[in-house]
Amino acid sequence: MSTSSAAIRTDPPTASPAGSLAKRFSVARAKEFVIKLFLLGCALLSIGTTIGIVIVLLTESVVSIDGTPAFFQEVSIWEFFTETRWTPQFPPPQQHFGIAPLLAGTFLVAGIAALIGLPVGLASAIYLSEYASPRARGIIKPALEMLAGVPSVVYGYFALVFVTPYILRPIFQSLMGFDVAVFNAASAGIVVGIMITPMIASLSEDALRAVPQGLREAGYALGSTKHDVAMKVVVPSAFSGIVASFLLAVSRAVGETMAVVIAAGQSPNLTLNPFESIETMTAFIVNVSQGDTPAGTIEYKSLYAVALTLFCVTLAMNFLSQAVMRRFREVYQ
Amino acid sequence: MSRPQAAFKSQLAARHRKGRVFYALCVTSTWLGISTLVVMLAGIIWQSSGWLNWTFLTSYDDALHPERAGILAGLWGSFWLMLLTIVISVPVGVAAAVYLEEFSSDTRLTRILRINLANLAGVPSIVYGILGLTVFVRMFGAFGSEQKVLAISLGFAELQIPLPFGRTVIAGALTLSLMNLPVIIVSAQEALRAVPSSLRHASLALGATRWQTIWHQVLPSATPGILTGVILSVSRAIGETAPLLMIGAMSYVAFTPGDISSPLDAARNPEGVLKAPFDSFTALPVQIFNWVSMRNEYQHVAAAGILVLLVVLLALNALAIFLRHRYQKRTRW
Repeated sequence: MSTSSAAIRTDPPTASPAGSLAKRFSVARAKEFVIKLFLLGCALLSIGTTIGIVIVLLTESVVSIDGTPAFFQEVSIWEFFTETRWTPQFPPPQQHFGIAPLLAGTFLVAGIAALIGLPVGLASAIYLSEYASPRARGIIKPALEMLAGVPSVVYGYFALVFVTPYILRPIFQSLMGFDVAVFNAASAGIVVGIMITPMIASLSEDALRAVPQGLREAGYALGSTKHDVAMKVVVPSAFSGIVASFLLAVSRAVGETMAVVIAAGQSPNLTLNPFESIETMTAFIVNVSQGDTPAGTIEYKSLYAVALTLFCVTLAMNFLSQAVMRRFREVYQ
Repeated sequence: MSRPQAAFKSQLAARHRKGRVFYALCVTSTWLGISTLVVMLAGIIWQSSGWLNWTFLTSYDDALHPERAGILAGLWGSFWLMLLTIVISVPVGVAAAVYLEEFSSDTRLTRILRINLANLAGVPSIVYGILGLTVFVRMFGAFGSEQKVLAISLGFAELQIPLPFGRTVIAGALTLSLMNLPVIIVSAQEALRAVPSSLRHASLALGATRWQTIWHQVLPSATPGILTGVILSVSRAIGETAPLLMIGAMSYVAFTPGDISSPLDAARNPEGVLKAPFDSFTALPVQIFNWVSMRNEYQHVAAAGILVLLVVLLALNALAIFLRHRYQKRTRW
């Protein structure tokens, strides 16, 4: 359907039918064209944002704009990934830029979050799609949406003020004798796990509900119980959708900032002990911006290098999730 | 009874038992998430009891006396941020959605746009903060170290725009707008898709141009859906802390943007309205973060702040649900 069919009606009646159908200039058509260009411009703005992000992250880290050397011109990429100390605030002899502690901290928190979020989220999704009555769904779905809508600064507060003193300390310090620091990776990981649960539940539920009813009925006809159908028919059929939701959720846990800044601490330790204070990539970025690091110094530029690493990690996970999702679509369409 | 049948019978009870255990696991997981929400809310209400009072709502922050600390600056800061974010991101987002839904055929460009939107939605908010810091707050350092002022006379008052924007409301609002855009575009697309094509065909058949059809028929029908999406995206943006910390929202602010601290001030002082977007600011979640980091007595102040934030969020969500409900009742295609 083209705009010309509508535009011919504004032509004077004297024009011959053949002439009026030709693509001639008219004010109405020009107006439509300008509007369409404006709308396209707005749509292209989203691509502009992506390009903006990439340019901003590359300036200061790879390409310098103000004449001083960029981050990766002073610190080699090899050192950045193999050095195991992250001490940007020290003077040069002790100053080390090895991202390993920040990466370890990030994945420690994301790992704990995944340990909680993946099973709980998937079990909720199975319950919602296979077992729940419409009435139960009507209560649970909005409650999960509320859980997803709580700002992350609130989760951070919850981790610091409740999870560490009232859950972690009594169980792991008093009972088991571990040393639980005030700021620790476990409390942050637990609340981030609670945060990503609704996301996994809702995305996985979509995948489970997309499995054709016929497959379930075939399962029952072969003598399966409800549990057999859920675990041996429905979950395997929706597997790629579930994996895609896991990847998206873990990517969100990696990029999560406020809960981690508040609860996990600011000490870049290369450790896998969840009760120690650590620092994630996001927490480092916030801490540098909150301090009084002057622009132009190498410490300030390290912020862009860390952000670039974070962006690459989350982007890779999102791409992977979409690739898995596309495979999933091919199965039933 | 044949042997396979006997085997089936003997195993059936065990399989049903397994099914019941599995069901119990799924139900427990689902309620685990929801009970966390209840525990979290109860804990925050408990911590804030006695601290959330009229003084808290009407005074500025106090770094020495927790009982005198208040949230007035944060409330007005968040109000201006959200107002400007809506003004900037809604027209652009809806325009982009209209282009994608109504004008584009499934070409390579629109496919790239769609993939790009999915990826932008997965970019961590802290990365948007760095984008805002570099592009809006410092403007790549293109204006040198001195801040310049662009004055535009409007007849009754003078609009003074600082360049680069520095740590002002407008820089924060632009950053949040970029972050908000993918959410608004996707929800507006869904609202547009829900408008039946018969409506478009009828309008086009009556001789309306494509844009007339969109402006007079499609957009009015999609408005409730778009509005719901806008409110939900705002309720997400209002709790965002990390990007605001990055672009430099201040912790202690003893004034409101444009010195407007009541709706009456806006009428009395129209120049203040023009000044507000270019004023420095703090926001509700930034104040909460600041109080959380101060520990001790401020823990209760933070809880009171969180309660205010959650009440605002709840009100926004209730509004969205109300709109959705009305929309579903009134329109029958």
